[in-house]
Amino acid sequence: MKLKLKLPNPGLEDRVPNHDVLERLEVEEAGDRPKWDNKAQYMLTCVGFCVGLGNVWRFPYLCQSHGGGAFMIPFLILLVFEGIPLLHLEFAIGQRIRKGSVGVWRSINPYMIGVGIASMLVSFLVSLYYNTIIALVMWYFFNSFQDPLPWTQCPVNENRTGFISECERSSPVDYFWYRETLNASKTIDETGGLQWWMVLSLISAWGVLYVSCIRGIETTGKAVYVTSTLPYVVLTIFLIRGLTLKGSIDGIKFLFTPDLNELANPNTWLDAGAQVFYSFSLAFGGLISFSSYNSVHNNCEQDAVIISIINAFTSIYAATVIYTIIGFRATERFDDCVSGNILTLLNTFDLPEGNITESNYEEVLHSLNTTSPDIISSLALKTCDLNSYLSEGVEGTGLAFIVFTEAITKMPLSPLWSVLFFIMLFCLGLSSMFGNIEGVLVPLQDLKVFPKSWPKELMSGIICLVCCLIGLIFVQGSGNYWLALFDTFAGSIPLLVIAFSEMIGVVYVYGIDRFNEDLIFMIGHKPNIFWQATWRFISPLIMLAIFIFYFSTTVTKEIFYIAWDPDSENFPTLEKKPYPSWIYLIIFFLAGIPSLAVPGAAAFRAIREYCCKKHPNASVKETDSVSYKVHMQDEELKTQKSDKAFYT
Amino acid sequence: MLAGVLLLIFLSPLVAQDPCKDSKDGFKVRLSIKTALGNDAYEWNESEMFLFRSTVAYAMRKQTNQDTYNIENILVCNDTQRVSFVFVVTSPDNQAQLIPKAQVEQAVRQNKRRINSAFLLSDMTLEFVGIPPTLSAPITYKTQPWLIVFGVVIGGVAVGIVALLMSTASKKRRAKGKAAGLSEEDEGIVKENGTALSGLGGNHGVYNQAFSNDDRFTQL
Repeated sequence: MKLKLKLPNPGLEDRVPNHDVLERLEVEEAGDRPKWDNKAQYMLTCVGFCVGLGNVWRFPYLCQSHGGGAFMIPFLILLVFEGIPLLHLEFAIGQRIRKGSVGVWRSINPYMIGVGIASMLVSFLVSLYYNTIIALVMWYFFNSFQDPLPWTQCPVNENRTGFISECERSSPVDYFWYRETLNASKTIDETGGLQWWMVLSLISAWGVLYVSCIRGIETTGKAVYVTSTLPYVVLTIFLIRGLTLKGSIDGIKFLFTPDLNELANPNTWLDAGAQVFYSFSLAFGGLISFSSYNSVHNNCEQDAVIISIINAFTSIYAATVIYTIIGFRATERFDDCVSGNILTLLNTFDLPEGNITESNYEEVLHSLNTTSPDIISSLALKTCDLNSYLSEGVEGTGLAFIVFTEAITKMPLSPLWSVLFFIMLFCLGLSSMFGNIEGVLVPLQDLKVFPKSWPKELMSGIICLVCCLIGLIFVQGSGNYWLALFDTFAGSIPLLVIAFSEMIGVVYVYGIDRFNEDLIFMIGHKPNIFWQATWRFISPLIMLAIFIFYFSTTVTKEIFYIAWDPDSENFPTLEKKPYPSWIYLIIFFLAGIPSLAVPGAAAFRAIREYCCKKHPNASVKETDSVSYKVHMQDEELKTQKSDKAFYT
Repeated sequence: MLAGVLLLIFLSPLVAQDPCKDSKDGFKVRLSIKTALGNDAYEWNESEMFLFRSTVAYAMRKQTNQDTYNIENILVCNDTQRVSFVFVVTSPDNQAQLIPKAQVEQAVRQNKRRINSAFLLSDMTLEFVGIPPTLSAPITYKTQPWLIVFGVVIGGVAVGIVALLMSTASKKRRAKGKAAGLSEEDEGIVKENGTALSGLGGNHGVYNQAFSNDDRFTQL
């Protein structure tokens, strides 16, 4: 017995062009919608959008902290049951209805326009802070063209007797990141003023983005030839370099050693699901837009599977490369620690050099401990543990700007590796930004916010300018705390809500039967039982489960931020500070407003309908249906004729 | 009395050793030759010690501008296998008087580079315990290198924007010119359903003479 649940959806036929119209548009190549130059551009753009900074600095951390190789199991399972179906759904619906996210949802049902608006808002909020991360990458890139790199050594103080104390107590890389780059203030309340060097970096980041997006996919389609392929080249170079370094194999072993007990931990599955979801850049609206520029008979099923496989492969590949370098760094630190201890022992007991080596360190220490234990205890020797250095698992900006940069300083030819690394991060981030900007620009066009006469260059210019100005928040002294706030709240819960609504909207409001027919028309065969099962039940259930978990954990736990405070007791460990009370309002704006836009727009429309019913002379509402447009044109011509006849 | 004189004779070398061993004006020196040079490490022997004493004497000469310092003025003791020892500097005029610690420190600091290079060592591997190494001056650039790279990138962006905008403008001008030339030919096209061909004629459709009430003709 088939479960057929279909919500009533009057007027759907009018809003969506039917198959014959699509076929005609396809054959005659009419229509003013932009098109991809070739399939490669489309695939590279989608790959670039999906593969982003998260693949490099979130996945390796999750992999390592959730049982290494064992993490692959929940990751791959959820990839197949959550990621691929959602991706196929977005590609198919975009290709079918041939509009941006707002247009698609308005066509499916005018009450669902909120989903499109929510996508646009989330894309906008994420664009703001994501490009700031790119600005930080560019700042490090600018600073990589010198030898020695500025974060190799602490700067000296005024009378050249020692290093600056803040740097001395932490480390040169920490100092360069927190003081010379961010100039971090102590709390989120103290704005610290605009940091001029970061403003320049921000302007350059938005400038490069504007040049690439200036004419929409006409220009981004060319840019992705570089931005989507260069990261793979750089990753391969780093892999080869990394494997020749000492300790790299330890890093890889540490990353992939499976700990199957982690599979019993629900957090592992939750993190895997969230990572699959965010890694695919779903629910931003960009993917729907990109696929709407395809030809109608493009095989979106194959595309979805290919892109998912590429995304998963990239995550694993990047994790391997990152952990060769982290293994190298951990081994260097371990060696330094042991050498330091050995030196201390040699100096205290005046033993000749070479008496104590790494191999006999333990036994020598033991024998010295028995002969003179009080001297040994007074020395305060450090415990050196390779595993603890390996699991200084950092993620996010800490991985790229602190851990990795430190590892680079220990490699010969550091400026070269630094330049390559930051170019790779820049390309990864920029190609994701193309999708974000698409997700903001096209809905604004659909909502007719800009007059139609305005050229594309002007619209993209205005969006980049507005985002750049708002993004000045993130280049203040407290900017990094704002960035973390936006990252946690703007790019998490609303996306889950949108994705869930998308599935429900396509399967139950648009109708899975109609959707299946569309797919038969577009790709030639009905999607098999796997797609049916995942679209109808499995994927929505997974989305719902992740949403409930995320929501409950976020709402119940104490939220705090970690600050760089030289005056704190635990310095250089970052200090946990509670947020001020007005932050909750900001959090509501970030997470609440996009999420509430989904039901909110429906309610708004319902109220407007109700008011309109009372006033029948009110202007006829615009609809997007093709036949309606033809009808209106005929009407206009008739009225023109009759008017002219009247006046002659 | 003979016993007293003999005692004094035997005691004096012991007394003479005191300035080095328990003097507070002495510095402990530590060399890590194997760490610095690895396989090229030389052996520490009397000749090397001779070289060390002569370099310290040289440093004292440079600092005081007196050519009177000699090897004999540098006393060394507590020699260990670590290759560490203590040394003191005696005044050239009076063997019993020691040069104060601060002065020796200044002399060593000023000439540390020369002393290091005599032994092919560095500040880390030739340690004078209690004398911190003078840190090298930080490299200062006339223009910060990052500003140069930033300038290049921003220049490229500006050139790109101008080029793209100009190409759009010239495309539009060419399209306008073509449209003006073609408008006479368009009038004969029959307007169909309005769906397939609606994209061709721009916003307002194709001008179809058959349906228009054109006031080019004489009004009735």
